[in-house]
Amino acid sequence: MLNKYPLWKNLLIIFIVLVAALYALPNIYGEDPAVQVSANRNATIDTSTMDRVKSSLENVGIQAKSIALEEEQLLVRLNSDDEQLKARETILDSLGDNYIVALNLAPATPEWLKSVGAQPMKLGLDLRGGVHFLMEIDMDEAVRKIVDGMKDTIRTELREERIRYSAVRVDDTTVEVELRTDEAYAEAASYLDGRYQGYNLVEDEENRLLQLQMSDQKLAETRDYAVSQNITIMRNRVNELGVAEPVIQRQGSNRIVVELPGVQDTARAKEILGATATLEFRMVDSENDIRDAQNGRVPFGSELMPMRDGPQQLLKEDVILTGDHIVNAGVGYDEYNRPQVNITLDGAGGNKMSMATKDNVGQPMATVFIEYKATDERDEKGNLQFTKNAEVINVATIQSRLGSSFRITGVGANEAQNLALLLRAGALIAPIQIVEERTVGPSLGQQNIDSGTQAIFWGFVLVLAFMVVYYKKFGLVANCALAANLILIIGVMSMIPGATLTLPGMAGIVLTVGMAVDANVLIFERIREEIKAKRSPQQAIHHGYDSALSTIADANVTTLIAALILFAIGNGPIKGFAITLAIGIITSMFTAIVGTRAIVNSVWGGKKLSKLPI
Amino acid sequence: MQEIIKTNERLPFMRFRGIMGIISIILVVASIASLSVNKLNFGLDFTGGTLLEVGFEKPAELNRVRTALDDKGFGDAVVQNYGTQEDILIRLEPREGVKAEQLGTDILDSLRAEFEQTVEMRRIEFVGPNVGDEFIEQGGLAMLTALICILLYIAMRFEWRLAVGAVAALAHDVILTLGLFSILGLEFDLTVLAALLAVIGYSINDTVVVCDRIRETFRKYAKLTPIQTVNRALTDTLSRTLVTSLTTILVLLTLFFLGGPLIHGFATALLFGVVIGTYSSIYIASTVALAFGVSRDDLMPTEVEKEGADQDPLP
Repeated sequence: MLNKYPLWKNLLIIFIVLVAALYALPNIYGEDPAVQVSANRNATIDTSTMDRVKSSLENVGIQAKSIALEEEQLLVRLNSDDEQLKARETILDSLGDNYIVALNLAPATPEWLKSVGAQPMKLGLDLRGGVHFLMEIDMDEAVRKIVDGMKDTIRTELREERIRYSAVRVDDTTVEVELRTDEAYAEAASYLDGRYQGYNLVEDEENRLLQLQMSDQKLAETRDYAVSQNITIMRNRVNELGVAEPVIQRQGSNRIVVELPGVQDTARAKEILGATATLEFRMVDSENDIRDAQNGRVPFGSELMPMRDGPQQLLKEDVILTGDHIVNAGVGYDEYNRPQVNITLDGAGGNKMSMATKDNVGQPMATVFIEYKATDERDEKGNLQFTKNAEVINVATIQSRLGSSFRITGVGANEAQNLALLLRAGALIAPIQIVEERTVGPSLGQQNIDSGTQAIFWGFVLVLAFMVVYYKKFGLVANCALAANLILIIGVMSMIPGATLTLPGMAGIVLTVGMAVDANVLIFERIREEIKAKRSPQQAIHHGYDSALSTIADANVTTLIAALILFAIGNGPIKGFAITLAIGIITSMFTAIVGTRAIVNSVWGGKKLSKLPI
Repeated sequence: MQEIIKTNERLPFMRFRGIMGIISIILVVASIASLSVNKLNFGLDFTGGTLLEVGFEKPAELNRVRTALDDKGFGDAVVQNYGTQEDILIRLEPREGVKAEQLGTDILDSLRAEFEQTVEMRRIEFVGPNVGDEFIEQGGLAMLTALICILLYIAMRFEWRLAVGAVAALAHDVILTLGLFSILGLEFDLTVLAALLAVIGYSINDTVVVCDRIRETFRKYAKLTPIQTVNRALTDTLSRTLVTSLTTILVLLTLFFLGGPLIHGFATALLFGVVIGTYSSIYIASTVALAFGVSRDDLMPTEVEKEGADQDPLP
């Protein structure tokens, strides 16, 4: 019974702990307040941008700690929090609209650590401050829009083919075409058959009815598209907000998670992220008298619509153009310094606009702002119900034939800003609603970090003290293992890219500290039993470790099961708890079994002993 | 050698198993009764609604806050101190017809207008009613999955009688902890659910150690009766059980006192769960296993059959 580990084994253990320590190291360096500049549309970032930023900062007397160009982004580190806001404004002013300038906290990891890929742990929103949104997409609306578009296409094409129909209507996911004559029916059937991908044709000769049903595959595609389009748009909108390191992810079939670390003005963030808005341009019906319409005699092909801050308007039903043709929109000022929204359309949109306005110069055109608001009600399938709110926000006289670039005037400064932002981000095919929000202010985040760290520290100290008192020198050995365990947890957490530290995660670390000694307690109790059974010290050590092993493994596997299930079902903070718990269980097995054995072996192994200090 | 329990004797644990069993049954029944009458005080995560934590510069005047909110039409708001005198927590039920995610900001604005001091937004949480329902569903599912997975693992590693005993102990711990939250009316949120799963993890850890020892003792001492065997195993593991519980309780106490108000419910659930878990791993698991008639024969290692052992060797 020698109880000696070979040299390579000892070296391997030391090596593992050292590597973990190296990767845990960045966590003690803290963070610099920083401003992150990235390019938006067309713009590029290079050394000349860097010089411009540098000189503009120097002009206002801000001395940056460093300015670095990394992965097409410019990271400006500053010396104090006070300078951060000012620096952001200065840089925004000097670079202009084509750049996104975001506040950030950049880890102050030294170069030599960065060169081996060491990074501090990512902090969850509850520690860092920020906003977490869970958004739900209205899938029914997404599908409805596609089917509606299909209906219009069929109408136009049948008209062009001179096939006479009595009605084309939408029923759920089906477009129904009713024909007047058998002849037209046959013509239409052969024309429509196999013409549109993703639609199945169902013929009903008796009623002269043709049904184009959206296939399941097309339905799935549409839904997928709605989600991915929303994600893209969210990303654009988040960019507009100027947030560093945002998270935008799909969750489940119809939800999107948006996490914005460090955002403080949540009201604005919500307004921009949550609202779904699109524009429609329509002609005002000036041939008919609006008073007739208000008395219930709405002329065919026109409809009444409310106007924001103004009287009702009578508009033509035909839509000249919808928001999805908008390429760009920005705020500008006219010669009287009044705000206006400059709009650029794509080619098709420009053509449509040009066609429609050609004969209508001097006529009023209305801009209709359509917003989808959730009603908090749900249908039987549990999907959110949305109401469509359409209102005229502007009526302007067409001054000349419009092309792919024109402007809307007569909007307030703030409204112009928001409208331009939303238009720029694009029009959503499906409305979206925030179903969960968690916002943590920065001071609470810091407070959470402080209390978490304190709890870990004192929990650690108490356990260390107890172990020394109860197990003497063997207690010291267990304490070394516990310290190594803490380093390993932090090191591993820093190495795994997806792992985030949250407040429950810190609780998980505290709990692991308490439970990690369990393996050592099991081993030490076994050794004591062996000593009581009058075995020699060396045999006691050997048998103690051996017989405790399977118990430790069983006990930890079951806890690991609980941790994994927590990870699978939990949301952000709970996942954080599960991660630290799982990592803690695995690392504690290593340090408590292999780590302590190495120390015990090198201190007491291979000698003739009469007694063990346990 | 310093020991919590100094003994070489077997302690007669099982002599009290009747009375302990009765106490446990009474507690479980009381918990279930309270759960069905008082229900659980579900937190925002499960009920949906809006929650706001704001910090004032001076100690907050709760009544003035309430009147201010009442004036703005938030009469149903629950206002209370949170952690310190300067911090208050405002809770609102889910509302119909209002753009719910806007509520938090609205309240903050009206508070800022009413009090002429900086009102700091510390935390806003909004959970839609359906999301809350989903959390309850997911949580219940997670708990069940955890119990079943652990049952399967223990049944595979040990024997079904011990597995049933272990799971009975787990269910006992979970029900009692839920009962405590129901009787005291403590808020049950997602972190408490996480704590409950951690209690399952901890309690099973304890129970496995005890079961392991029971099995070992059965194999080692052929002459002992099942009750004597269980007593012996429990005595042998007692100091380990107590030491581990003690260290865990130590760290949980630091979490309870230093971890901040957000982690309070979590620490409470775990503290209680660990105490109950320690007791149940001693009494419940073993008593149930004995009641099902666990014996030495059930726990002897099965002989591994060699493949082809029953065939004649090739000539």
